Amino acid sequence: MQAFTTLDGLVVPLDRANVDTDAIIPKQFLKSIKRAGFGPNLFDEWRYLDHGEPGGDPATRTPNPEFVLNFSRYKGASVLLARDNFGCGSSREHAPWALEDYGIRAIIAPSFADIFYNNCFKNGILPIVLDAAKVERLFRECEAGEGYRLKVDLDKQTVTTPGGEVLAFEVDGGRKHRLLNGLDDIGLTLLQGDKIQAYEERRRVEAPWLFN
Amino acid sequence: MSGLTLFQKLWDAHVVHVEADGTTLLYIDRHLVHEVTSPQAFEGLKLAHRTPRRVDAAIAVPDHNVPTTDRSQGIADPISRLQVETLDANCAEFGITEFKMDDIRQGIVHVIGPEEGLTLPGMTVVCGDSHTSTHGAFGALAFGIGTSEVEHVLATQCLWQKPSKTMLVKVEGTLGKGVTAKDIALAIIGEIGTAGGTGYALEFGGSAIRALSMEGRMTLCNMAIEAGARAGMVAVDQTTIDYVKGRPYSPKGAAWDQAVAWWNTLHTDADAKFDRVVELDAAAIEPQVTWGTSPEMVTTIGGSVPNPANAPSEVKRHDWTRALEYMGLAADTPVADIRIDKVFIGSCTNSRIEDLREAAGVAKGRKVAPNVKLAMVVPGSGLVKQQAEAEGLDRIFVEAGFEWREPGCSMCLAMNADRLEPGERCASTSNRNFEGRQGQGGRTHLVSPAMAAAAACAGHFVDVRHF
Repeated sequence: MQAFTTLDGLVVPLDRANVDTDAIIPKQFLKSIKRAGFGPNLFDEWRYLDHGEPGGDPATRTPNPEFVLNFSRYKGASVLLARDNFGCGSSREHAPWALEDYGIRAIIAPSFADIFYNNCFKNGILPIVLDAAKVERLFRECEAGEGYRLKVDLDKQTVTTPGGEVLAFEVDGGRKHRLLNGLDDIGLTLLQGDKIQAYEERRRVEAPWLFN
Repeated sequence: MSGLTLFQKLWDAHVVHVEADGTTLLYIDRHLVHEVTSPQAFEGLKLAHRTPRRVDAAIAVPDHNVPTTDRSQGIADPISRLQVETLDANCAEFGITEFKMDDIRQGIVHVIGPEEGLTLPGMTVVCGDSHTSTHGAFGALAFGIGTSEVEHVLATQCLWQKPSKTMLVKVEGTLGKGVTAKDIALAIIGEIGTAGGTGYALEFGGSAIRALSMEGRMTLCNMAIEAGARAGMVAVDQTTIDYVKGRPYSPKGAAWDQAVAWWNTLHTDADAKFDRVVELDAAAIEPQVTWGTSPEMVTTIGGSVPNPANAPSEVKRHDWTRALEYMGLAADTPVADIRIDKVFIGSCTNSRIEDLREAAGVAKGRKVAPNVKLAMVVPGSGLVKQQAEAEGLDRIFVEAGFEWREPGCSMCLAMNADRLEPGERCASTSNRNFEGRQGQGGRTHLVSPAMAAAAACAGHFVDVRHF
């Protein structure tokens, strides 16, 4: 997994609450057996006026000029500013895959759905929770002028605005460590192999019906 | 010291290792696998030259992409077909048991787990699917995971977790006639909102929950995720144990007695403390119908679509306006005046035998209304289908003008050929009314199976209690 340390990125504001993973990446693209290539279909039904199917050529699509990702001023954004309960719904990891493939590395919102939040950390994306009033202010600042950028420092757990305001955020220590170092979860877990085996041996006696 | 909640008991029984900051390596007893969220996990495993730690803990089934019409020709869509074939190949390569598309036991992963006794009380159950919360109905700790964690469970049989906060949703009293577990679920979501359960494991308790069948409890726990909670659960009681007994994968003989002795301890202690308690009066719950694009946008059959002018906040006014526009509904429209184009009875929420009996009970002797272009019934599994046919439910549906289909996820998420066309309005027993969920531009209203059947026959929503 790619590490996340610091980011100085253009911000795109998505002013909707309860953005679900069906909206982030619609179901027809979940038929892929690959992990990459979902970026062109990120927010597909909002981003294009025509219907998208897997394997289609993005160049032939009709972008929706009213959708914020299509505004020229937000091209190349790597920070997504969002509202409450971002990423609700299905557990599809295709949602963070699509965001990452598009180029989003940090998402700032007042709250995230649990499974999506967790999936982000497995894919080098940092989800940042800030209180609703601060997020509201960032929306206003971002929409006020072109080229609005935020600096994110995971180690220091801060977001810095162009005006120099420093906003602190919380992140679980274990997740932070793994994301900062781009560590592979499975490799770390396998270091606990003896404990897993001891647990299984105990459970085979206590609850033999769990083992076939 | 106060007693333990059911969640704490389940958690404590599965701790392998705890880090200094409380992050816990939790053991996973059952891993349910389907074709959509597993191919990249198997690929990751192979790239790292790893193998599954315990193939006996995993069970696989294709459900999202499978056709619900004649299967003798296989899957027409080549991309869907490849995904199902990839599951077949991965299961064959690693020796994982799979109920393939032509197996009578094939069905929706959250239907077949309990049906086969693969889901048992006291287990930790995971699946790369958010509706894994369903299995909590058995007094199990069950939650959905992403594909990276699917790979992690295959490789290690464990997951890194932090304990959730706990919420008791207590429903006391007796449900009115025609009011079902689906209505309880939607009423709860209407009460606490789609993010109300974020960070929590929900436990459903109270006399109305204890009175529910296992099918009803599964419906309720299924929609815990729509309240924002990864896990929902119900304490083990005799109803649970009676359901589990004699299933193909449930324990037998001495192991059964040993299991039951433990299962009977799987309830929250009387003096245990929850982080939050929400109480509902069962008698006050009416048949529910969603009107918007989030499950919390819900009202009763006697209610009306809300008016954004009356929204409690600017954000809500914005959301309601947008939802009404997408749904093609005018503010203040009575729910009973909303006419529908299609009806879908199925999904991991409502495709079990009891659901089909409820719907058939309403459809019996009636006809699907002329304005309804398609009313389809999709059983949750091959065995549910077989049971329903043995009871003659298929004939009731067909005579009324419903289509009787093969089992799968179908139009709950429209990954197969079953979908809404733009602008079509559907009465659906599924779990999500998100924009585009049942097909781009499709408009979904979530209801119970009885309410869906009644809407099919009336051509618009109608109060099943007086139908």
